[in-house]
Amino acid sequence: MSPFGGFLMPIQYRGILEEHHAVRSAAGMFDLSHMGQFVARGEGVAEWLDGLTVNAVATMKPGQARYNIFTNERGGALDDVIIYRLEGRWLIVVNAANSDKMWRWLCERVPAGVTLENRTPASALIAIQGPRALELLAPLTEADLAHLKYYHATEGTVAGVRAEIARTGYTGEDGFELFVTAADAERLWETLAREGQRVGLLPAGLGARDVLRLEAGMPLYGHELEEYITPLQAGLDAFVKLDKPQFVGKDALVAQRAGARYERIVGFVMDGRAPARAGYAVWRAGERVGEVRSGSPAPALGGKNIGTALVSADAAAPGTQFEIDIRGQRQRATVVPLPFYKRAR
Amino acid sequence: MDLPAGLLYTKEHEWVKLDGANATVGITDYAQSSLGDIVYVEMPKAGSAVEQFKQMGVIESVKAVSDIFAPLSGSILEVNADVENDPAKVNSDPYGAGWLVKIALADAAQTKALLDAAGYQKVVDAADH
Repeated sequence: MSPFGGFLMPIQYRGILEEHHAVRSAAGMFDLSHMGQFVARGEGVAEWLDGLTVNAVATMKPGQARYNIFTNERGGALDDVIIYRLEGRWLIVVNAANSDKMWRWLCERVPAGVTLENRTPASALIAIQGPRALELLAPLTEADLAHLKYYHATEGTVAGVRAEIARTGYTGEDGFELFVTAADAERLWETLAREGQRVGLLPAGLGARDVLRLEAGMPLYGHELEEYITPLQAGLDAFVKLDKPQFVGKDALVAQRAGARYERIVGFVMDGRAPARAGYAVWRAGERVGEVRSGSPAPALGGKNIGTALVSADAAAPGTQFEIDIRGQRQRATVVPLPFYKRAR
Repeated sequence: MDLPAGLLYTKEHEWVKLDGANATVGITDYAQSSLGDIVYVEMPKAGSAVEQFKQMGVIESVKAVSDIFAPLSGSILEVNADVENDPAKVNSDPYGAGWLVKIALADAAQTKALLDAAGYQKVVDAADH
């Protein structure tokens, strides 16, 4: 067998399938402290960020969180982030792999009157995700979590630890993300692991997280988004506010949308048992039409193999059938609308 | 970690059980545990020739594709159809119901290139550090 390379972070604790099941049916706990956390303060933050991102920032109210994408001049994605507006400050949470790049990008552009702090080294992020997340956390905090709306944030203490508490996540389930200091993180993790036993909480790794986000149709930077893949190509049109006066990459995105026939990310479901993996070629009618960007068996779909691919416009309509080259064998797949999985509300 | 004496092993984490001129092949307990939930197994068809230490198939966990190498040269006698239908058997019983293929050996002397349990234990110890 080949070396099992890449097992550096907690890819799994008890096993991806068991952790996945815990998140879909009860709750899972993720250590996301590797993600970058930048804090911006000052009068001009909203206007500044509006000029660098595709989604609206200035309309955000204190206590709101919003998914957003920083773009380059070509409209390609530099990073996808969540921006939180808190009392007197803004929190920008960036992908770990892009953290250094985004810190430089922001520092080179920070205007007078805005201060920027990279608090990543002193900070931790613990996510509790799953239908029983509220039941676990509500008794441990004075914050009114039951009335905290999806994509909103508040501040308080959780099990005695100061935290910014956000109802956000990356799994397709209800859940919360707890931003705490690195010094408090271990104590909070251990308390939550112990208290979590009453709701069936399991610690969950990056392996389960990747399957959960893929089932939920959420992009992962480096897969569905890249510097050469625009948010429009990734199907994230709902987050692209072309009516904003100006932002980096706007002209390119306006032109792309007007042209309409661009390669785009689609979801697919496979007929066969062999999983498709990132990088596999996609073929249709004897022509190479694209490339798999993510692929995995989907426990929420009975183990069927699912994935995303970047394909030409004429292979992107739901119902389109194409073939994926798996080690020299062409295996049939069908384009389906995203997401693959949607929780019952 | 379960590491039965009496089997032979490869550095690539396959085990071999000799039975006269035939060998049964699987992956070790260490391998299945490192890979995690196994969801797909692809082995050569019965009758195909395999060559010692050359790739003969793949085994896939939820996250990763790993190559399986033939521990010995020969021709495939039988593929474990139960494992093809239920790959989780490799996780639950790697040395038993989770066997992968049986090979009719071309050259029994090739077993000299394989490890015994103590030799394989050293490979695992090195991989874990």
